[in-house]
Amino acid sequence: MVGTRPFVAGPFAHAGRSTPMIMAWVMIALTPATVFGLGLYGWPAVFLFAVTVASAVLAEALCLKLAGKSFTTLQDGSAVLSGWILALTLPPWAPWWIGAVGSVLAIVIGKQVFGGLGQNLFNPAMVARVALLISFPLEMTRYVAPRPIFGDDAPGFLDGIAVTFGFGGQVNMDAVSSASLLGHAKTELARGVPLSETLSHGFDLAQLVFGTTVGSMGETSAVLLLAGGGVLLALRIVSWHTPVALLAGILVPGMLFHLIDPERFLSPLVHAFAASTVFGALFIATDLVTSPVTRTGQLIYGAGIGVLIFVVRTWGGYPEGMAFAVLLMNAATPLIDRWVRPRIYGRDRKGRPLTAGGTR
Amino acid sequence: MSKVSARAVAILKDGLWTNNVTLSQKLALCPLLAVTATATNGLGMGLATTAVLVMTNLAISLVRGVITPQVRIPAFILVIAGIVTLVDMAINAWGHELYKVLGLFIPLIVTNCVILGRAEAFASRNGPFYSAMDGLGMGVGFTFVLTGIGAVRELLGSGTLFANASLMLGAPMRFLETTVIPDYKGFLLMILPPGGFLVLGFALAAKRMLDTRDAKKRAAAASEPASACH
Repeated sequence: MVGTRPFVAGPFAHAGRSTPMIMAWVMIALTPATVFGLGLYGWPAVFLFAVTVASAVLAEALCLKLAGKSFTTLQDGSAVLSGWILALTLPPWAPWWIGAVGSVLAIVIGKQVFGGLGQNLFNPAMVARVALLISFPLEMTRYVAPRPIFGDDAPGFLDGIAVTFGFGGQVNMDAVSSASLLGHAKTELARGVPLSETLSHGFDLAQLVFGTTVGSMGETSAVLLLAGGGVLLALRIVSWHTPVALLAGILVPGMLFHLIDPERFLSPLVHAFAASTVFGALFIATDLVTSPVTRTGQLIYGAGIGVLIFVVRTWGGYPEGMAFAVLLMNAATPLIDRWVRPRIYGRDRKGRPLTAGGTR
Repeated sequence: MSKVSARAVAILKDGLWTNNVTLSQKLALCPLLAVTATATNGLGMGLATTAVLVMTNLAISLVRGVITPQVRIPAFILVIAGIVTLVDMAINAWGHELYKVLGLFIPLIVTNCVILGRAEAFASRNGPFYSAMDGLGMGVGFTFVLTGIGAVRELLGSGTLFANASLMLGAPMRFLETTVIPDYKGFLLMILPPGGFLVLGFALAAKRMLDTRDAKKRAAAASEPASACH
């Protein structure tokens, strides 16, 4: 009778949740922050977002065709989501080829080379972001102040095309570019200007929390990201372990160093709400494929990312360290999984079978 | 004679494609990753390695009868080191620009596993003519992979091909220098070490793909007449 019955060796439970459903929920959770970001940065952001997501899907389709696989995996939405997350981490007015090249890097080199969904060692969107940041430092660090889409100083539809695709209008990028808070603090510190002076007029916590500030397309509005992340937490698509450990990993050293020297080290509140902290904690670090399996493992992984972000932001060459930190801890994930193994059902932590009637 | 030339062709083909140093044996990856940021550097390094490989294979094949098996490895290394030193000095004297770019990698040809590998696997068991042919085939196979990977990385990384070839290989080679994409922004990742790994990975995949297709074709060709008989 071997082979006629499904493999039954332990109490298995199935939540009835499929990959496309998980992807769809993550997209729903991302929608408020995305719509807000697109509205905040106007038409150029809309075009860049569309180009990035479309390129990701095209790259995935091409890879599946080359590998001779069926297109069914294209429908699970993972390529759309990778492109989506990548787009949200790009400067909103970046030229179209940044999004296209980034999506190809994410899907081809970050994911399909390893064998597709579930096989990749590194978070595809973060692979692409780091590759872009190293290769095109100018385009990847040119941020603009928010210009809400139907506001007076917002670029119109045609000007948006000019910004993203480089034809059809005139927009002087140097005139509109603006520094993000972390970048500004970093360059001023490098010049020897103490933080109290740098931030005396430019730091408003409410702006950071609600997201009407200079930054990447979708990672600025902490409130909307928290709302979306809350949905995922409530549905138990992601567990609280990684995000909470990540925030603690930033906030604890951030608090300590800020207390030691507030003129040199940013306040932990800035670390928590500026740039990609909330976005990364809820949507990037929690990637199911590249994070550890066990809860304890996720705590280690999250805390590691948090500490590394703090280290890169404080002493590194780049103002923001989310992508680097996530990639480094992705590399450590197999090690963590090996170290923190879950207890096998019916056995104790050392692998010995449990005896009936309690401990002996 | 025809038998001799047929064997020589087989040896050359082995080195160029079937048993290519990088694409099949996966040897000598260290110099490959280090110097292939441009096509010119890859070509220079490949030619230097080829010169060394032909000479060491020839020398070792000539002295193979007097080297006892117990001491063969140190003896091979001494012969190789002597020849690499000669090549190193020669390039420094007559190709100083090339020497400045390749720098440490020329003396390091001594430790290149291909050289010792071919000495052990081929030159110590075959006559001088075939050994020299093997050195040539392996060397040229290595050169074309180095130049190819260098060309892809240079093209994607800075939009040029064979930049500074005239500085390195002499003024007549100036015609090689081309700017393929004017006003190119430069894809820095390709020139940095990750680019080397990425292009190497895709080159290995391409070789496997071509070989698989070839094997399929051959299998189809072999089975066809048989099925026609039945």
